[in-house]
Amino acid sequence: MSYCPHTVDEQQSMLGTIGVASIADLFKPIPKKLRAKSFDLPAGMSEFEMLQKMTDLAASNAQGVIPFIGGGFYDHLIPTAVDHLSGRAEFYTAYTPYQPECSQGSLQALFEYQTAICRLTDMEASNASLYDGGTALAEAALMALRITGRNRLILDGSANPFYREVLKTYLANLEVEIIELSPLDGATNKPDCLAALDDTTAAVIVQNPTFFGGFTDLTDVAKAAHAKGALLITTVYPVSLGLLKSPGEMGADIVVGDGQSLGNPLSFGGPSFGFIATRKKYIRNLPGRIIGETVDREGRRGYVLTLQAREQHIKRHKATSNICSNQSLSALRGLIFLSLMGKQGLAELARLNYEKAEYAKAVLGSIREVTVLAGSPTFNEFTLSLPMRATKVVEKLLAKGIAAGVPLGLYYQDADNYLVVTVTEKRSRQEIDLLAKELESVLWS
Amino acid sequence: MELIYEKSVAGRKGVRLPASDVPKAKALPKKLLRSEAAGLPELSELDVVRHFTNLSRLNYSVDTNFYPLGSCTMKYNAKGLEAAANLFAPFHPMTALLPGGEKLTQGSLGLLFELGSLLAEITGMDEVTTQPLAGAHGEMTGMLLIAAYHRAKGNRKKYVIVPDSSHGTNPASAAMVGYEIVTIPTAPYGDMDLDAFKAALNDEVAAVMMTCPNTLGLFNPHIKEICDLAHGVDALVYYDGANLNAIMGKVRPGDVGFDVVHVNLHKTFGTPHGAGGPGSGPVGVKKGLIPFLPIPRIVRKLTGAYTVEHENPEGIGRTANFFGNFGVMAKAYAYILMMGKEGLIQVSEQAVLNANYIMSRLKDLYEVPYDQTCMHECVLSASRQLAHDVHAIDIAKFLIDQGFHPPTVYFPLIVKEAIMIEPTETESKATMDAFIDAMREAAELTEKDPDILKRAPVTTPISRLDETKAAREQNVCCQ
Repeated sequence: MSYCPHTVDEQQSMLGTIGVASIADLFKPIPKKLRAKSFDLPAGMSEFEMLQKMTDLAASNAQGVIPFIGGGFYDHLIPTAVDHLSGRAEFYTAYTPYQPECSQGSLQALFEYQTAICRLTDMEASNASLYDGGTALAEAALMALRITGRNRLILDGSANPFYREVLKTYLANLEVEIIELSPLDGATNKPDCLAALDDTTAAVIVQNPTFFGGFTDLTDVAKAAHAKGALLITTVYPVSLGLLKSPGEMGADIVVGDGQSLGNPLSFGGPSFGFIATRKKYIRNLPGRIIGETVDREGRRGYVLTLQAREQHIKRHKATSNICSNQSLSALRGLIFLSLMGKQGLAELARLNYEKAEYAKAVLGSIREVTVLAGSPTFNEFTLSLPMRATKVVEKLLAKGIAAGVPLGLYYQDADNYLVVTVTEKRSRQEIDLLAKELESVLWS
Repeated sequence: MELIYEKSVAGRKGVRLPASDVPKAKALPKKLLRSEAAGLPELSELDVVRHFTNLSRLNYSVDTNFYPLGSCTMKYNAKGLEAAANLFAPFHPMTALLPGGEKLTQGSLGLLFELGSLLAEITGMDEVTTQPLAGAHGEMTGMLLIAAYHRAKGNRKKYVIVPDSSHGTNPASAAMVGYEIVTIPTAPYGDMDLDAFKAALNDEVAAVMMTCPNTLGLFNPHIKEICDLAHGVDALVYYDGANLNAIMGKVRPGDVGFDVVHVNLHKTFGTPHGAGGPGSGPVGVKKGLIPFLPIPRIVRKLTGAYTVEHENPEGIGRTANFFGNFGVMAKAYAYILMMGKEGLIQVSEQAVLNANYIMSRLKDLYEVPYDQTCMHECVLSASRQLAHDVHAIDIAKFLIDQGFHPPTVYFPLIVKEAIMIEPTETESKATMDAFIDAMREAAELTEKDPDILKRAPVTTPISRLDETKAAREQNVCCQ
């Protein structure tokens, strides 16, 4: 099955028009000695058989594991309308809107997406999406290096370890010094951060809430950074912005994050989207596509890809980034999700996350010798200190169908007994109580 | 159409959330809360559904219009692929990274491993990482792998060679990794100028990035010689897989001598483009580069079980959060399962047939700058039409009025007034004939009534837009 429609007669007629006898003649420009030495693939199958095989494959994953895990991806509810609308073929089978007259649907939606990101973060300019949270953080760092012309970055160690690894991978071959601070009680390490700041620093990079779950006001960090001519980059969890002080209010210069939590399924890690927003004065340093408003010949409002002179298809090696394909459809899902939630809905959603997590904190923290790391307030994730290695606890609870959390020892030294627990609005009180009961039984029976 | 924010009505709600089943918590300190709620729209579910449904209708798409966009491989996206990917929507990637989590995620891990193996066979490489999230991301991953290879060998390398016909992502990706770019001109026969290449090649060259067939739709018969010459100075050769749709089962980059390959699952392997993404750009390497592959790496044990390697001290690190755009890979895997060996060969054969058919029916009216048998796409030029002050863009806009998405115009940059046509294998002769008729009509109107072309499009909700105003005013979000 190859979805090729030609009949034998049509093919013959086309070959005749071209003036060759066979398909093989069309491949004559490829020298014989370069022909494939092997092409050992299975025979094709029908859609029915394919779906059967895929169903079996999906069934060989454990079903119904209760996730108290995050690590950058979160189990949030997704209104049915998100699937339905993003499943409109006019959206998902379109290409990048380079021809604006026949792409106003995508262009206007992406303009609305940029607006949603700006309003959520309280920033002034957003692009039309990047790949994911980690690569968005790396792009933000590159952007800060360009803007300041400096080459020193301060990176808080309580940022997602995957994001930090992606950042370091991106910068590995460039002349950049990265000062990585050790985390402090689950919150941003402000003292070390302020001490490390100097007038060669390009940017301070902080995750808020942190990988441990701690949330803090970064206004003082922004001020201190600006006093040294450095930028503040924050990576944020977008659902938290329904409730928590926004990075724009704190004075951040570049804000990034992963948009999975906004209407994108877990889907074993992707696709999601990365977002990036900044102050208007830095717009020419943004990576990736940007949609702008303009008018047509009759003065009617319309939308186009703009400031393309930053991009690789025009500037080649001098572009602000190599990014071409982004994650438009996932960003569209994010916009639809935010539109359905609306102003009140997102606030309620965030509050629900906060309340469920506070309940879980209380219940889990009351287990003997289990304490909640209380360095700072938290949103929907928090860190527990256990009387046993967290990896051992997690493994035992996984066997019971509960993903109890992310053991910090996997990513931090001297943290073997710490466990980061995530509680979204989808976790019921019953599930939280079950986690507490099973955790207690693993620890004490 | 009104913006969604302009339709907002204060106090309206679209979604009812589950009621809280936990006690009310102590409120956070006020200084940690946002001072006012984010200005999201306030609408009913129907408002939102109608808004986006009507927006979608302003788009051309593969499902509604022929989309012969050169270099983009806008083939039909089979509906079964969506169903296949949805089966994996509930699985959390972190589960696989937890102690004891691998055995709970064998289906997902197996899919990634098997897809990697199939892509390795299709491209003739030894191992594939599925982590890169798009073609350009694959290119950057490839350049990082090449840099790691040279570092491990103690090689001092500075330059990456690209032909001037390459995609912009090639030089941009190499520059992201810190390399300086050397650009080689295209010779009159349509391939990279071999003498200029030889002159540019030296011990400080880290890599040569090639697209084959190139962006002119031509297969370079000297490609093996280029690989051999590069290897002679210990430079590695990178294969930009953007045009793999032309050669499946015919040529494998690995057999020819390429060291690193990326493939665009959203081009060759039938996954939708989503109005700009998500794509997926798995990277294949030869044995010598396996030690540098990113983590997490999925390995099949002797028992047949799949396991995740979390550490690789020699490796380049991590290029994305988890395992890549899994949903896209599930679709590509489903696509390869359905196509099978014979299907994929047929895909390339029919793609090449269709491109040559269109070229042969248009070359009497349009200039073909490199007139020879093309692969999966052909590049015409509107240089003849220029005499009547008609540009490639005017022809493109006229095609919109005829119900066709325009071909890629003004790329490759080396062709004046380029019109780059890639019909793909999934289009019927009747559709292509209608497109050819429209192209021929454009050529006739160029002489008879060029104003029609200049005014186009007139059938769309808006006419041509003032791009200068957009760039000057930088209005990128609704105030």
